Amino acid sequence: MNSNGDSGHGRTGGRLRNAVRVGAQALFLTVVSLAGSVLLFVLSVVSLVLVPLGIGIVTTPWVLAAVRGFADRRRLWAAQWGGVRIPSSYRPVPEGANPWKRCLHLLGDPAVRRDLLWLPVDMTAGFFIALLSAALLVYPLEGLALAAGLWRAFTDGTSIGWWYGFVPIEGQLSALGAGALGTVLLIGGVYASPVLLRAHFLLVRSVLSSGQGELAERVRVLTATRRDAVDTSAAELRRIERDLHDGAQARLVAMGMDLGTIEALVEKDPAKARELIAQARRSSAEALTELRDLVRGIHPPVLAERGLADAVRALALRMPLPVEFDVTLTGRLGAPLESAAYFAVSEVLTNAVKHSGAGRVWIDLHHTAEPGGVLRIAVIDDGCGGAVVGAGTGLSGVARRLGTFDGVLAVDSPVGGPTMVTMEIPCELF
Amino acid sequence: MRVVLAEDLFLLRDGLVRMLEAFGFEIAAAVETGPELTRALAEEAPDVAVVDVRLPPSHTDEGLQCALEARRARPGLPVLVLSQHVEQLYARELLADGVGGIGYLLKDRVFDAEQFIDAVRRVAAGGTVMDPQVIQQLLSRRQADDRPLGRLTPRELEVLELMAQGRSNAAIAGQLVVTERAIAKHTSNIFAKLTLDVSDDDNRRVLAVLAYLDHGR
Repeated sequence: MNSNGDSGHGRTGGRLRNAVRVGAQALFLTVVSLAGSVLLFVLSVVSLVLVPLGIGIVTTPWVLAAVRGFADRRRLWAAQWGGVRIPSSYRPVPEGANPWKRCLHLLGDPAVRRDLLWLPVDMTAGFFIALLSAALLVYPLEGLALAAGLWRAFTDGTSIGWWYGFVPIEGQLSALGAGALGTVLLIGGVYASPVLLRAHFLLVRSVLSSGQGELAERVRVLTATRRDAVDTSAAELRRIERDLHDGAQARLVAMGMDLGTIEALVEKDPAKARELIAQARRSSAEALTELRDLVRGIHPPVLAERGLADAVRALALRMPLPVEFDVTLTGRLGAPLESAAYFAVSEVLTNAVKHSGAGRVWIDLHHTAEPGGVLRIAVIDDGCGGAVVGAGTGLSGVARRLGTFDGVLAVDSPVGGPTMVTMEIPCELF
Repeated sequence: MRVVLAEDLFLLRDGLVRMLEAFGFEIAAAVETGPELTRALAEEAPDVAVVDVRLPPSHTDEGLQCALEARRARPGLPVLVLSQHVEQLYARELLADGVGGIGYLLKDRVFDAEQFIDAVRRVAAGGTVMDPQVIQQLLSRRQADDRPLGRLTPRELEVLELMAQGRSNAAIAGQLVVTERAIAKHTSNIFAKLTLDVSDDDNRRVLAVLAYLDHGR
């Protein structure tokens, strides 16, 4: 009986906590959808108008990148807060394209065009739904506050000083009426708000994801990411070939030569032979070091031996600054994905160390078993911020790598910091 | 002294057997897989085990796991772990029991036979031997923001590095070509600056230094 009561109490408490969370998220989305979308929409329109003048050619890719960042952020929140997955299907921008080509390429991308179409929808309908969801939880609080005594601020009890909904406030009694209405609204809000929040994300999805042409779009994205993957792996192989050729291979040749000379010298000039033996040993040690570094770049040994979680731990321990990590993985991931995730984390960490001047880094790595399963990695640093996913930067390489696995990368890095890089890759644990 | 050796590559295993025998060790068993290693460690009760991290059949860190397991069954069982790469993560796990009789070296260190054999002997005697690369990683990481470490003189840092590798005062003095008294003075300075407890036991001293470098105080 007692335990029954407790669990009932717990359910109510959980629902209330959930309502508070939903209310905060909805309120936050209200502000973000209005301010962010209006700002980006205005910037986009201005930038596009300036294209004929030439200035727009330079500014448009930047603005569109910002719009994409904004949309990616919403995709992330939709997945985390509303459980709504919105696929991201941008065409990869070709490396080293000039601004004019990049501009045209971006404007030709249906996903980018959908982003632009989404902005006006988000600042009107999206804003309204989020506002409604927030208001259903916030407005009842006013009624309760009126009942608790706030009514005295509006009326001295002789005239109607305020309207709460359809209840005229003219004294304690009517204030209690407002309180009752507030309670009813609150109960409704606790149930309706999460639904409205989800509706907001569904609206985002209906505009951002491609709907009818989805299959065709998917094929196009797959073709593009496959080309990227093939290109990257070919470039990788070329790099490995060059490293082996100029490094270990050359050293082994030198060693063989030294050994030949030693053979000839060992009787005639033992002192010189000893010198050469020492040199050969040094060469072999250097060849080993080079091979070790090369192996680490191809497939880190810890990754092969222990899997992603421990490989990320080992990586964090090797960084020259303190890295705190919260890593939980209950199983292994597929080998190609493990490798991609590892190098993505490695690249982001290296960025943080090299460019941000951060004093501390946090890594959070989790696998959630929600439909299909998702690997979520967040890397946060307290550095100077200002990181962008532009052509040629390390982060665009990461986005490309993850793209092969339908993963998304979101970068939140205001100038002045902190920087938060979030990666999400749909996958299952073994 | 009886040695159990686990290494899956025939050439390396053969070379190690020859080298150890040349220096007067008795090879109790030379095996190539994890399960064989576990059995040999249990049956042969060796004075020291020399173990490769990666072993068949899984080709993961099976050697390391076998060694850790054997040390749980028989605390302080001297184990020298060899690997193609060194990781602080593994060093941490090997040192976790704080007992000593542990070594962790890159395979490259077998190039210098005398130093390698010295390392095997020190581990067998219950000492701790850490690869210079592990220590350098630890030091470079700590030096960035560690004030007590910043107060050490360059010479003291040098001594600290050698001490963390597991060398005794006499060995450090030999390497730096100074008297043992001078090293003793350096070490007591280091311990005072890092506010570590002074210990007469060489190995406990090493473990304290390693713990300091790994986690701080």
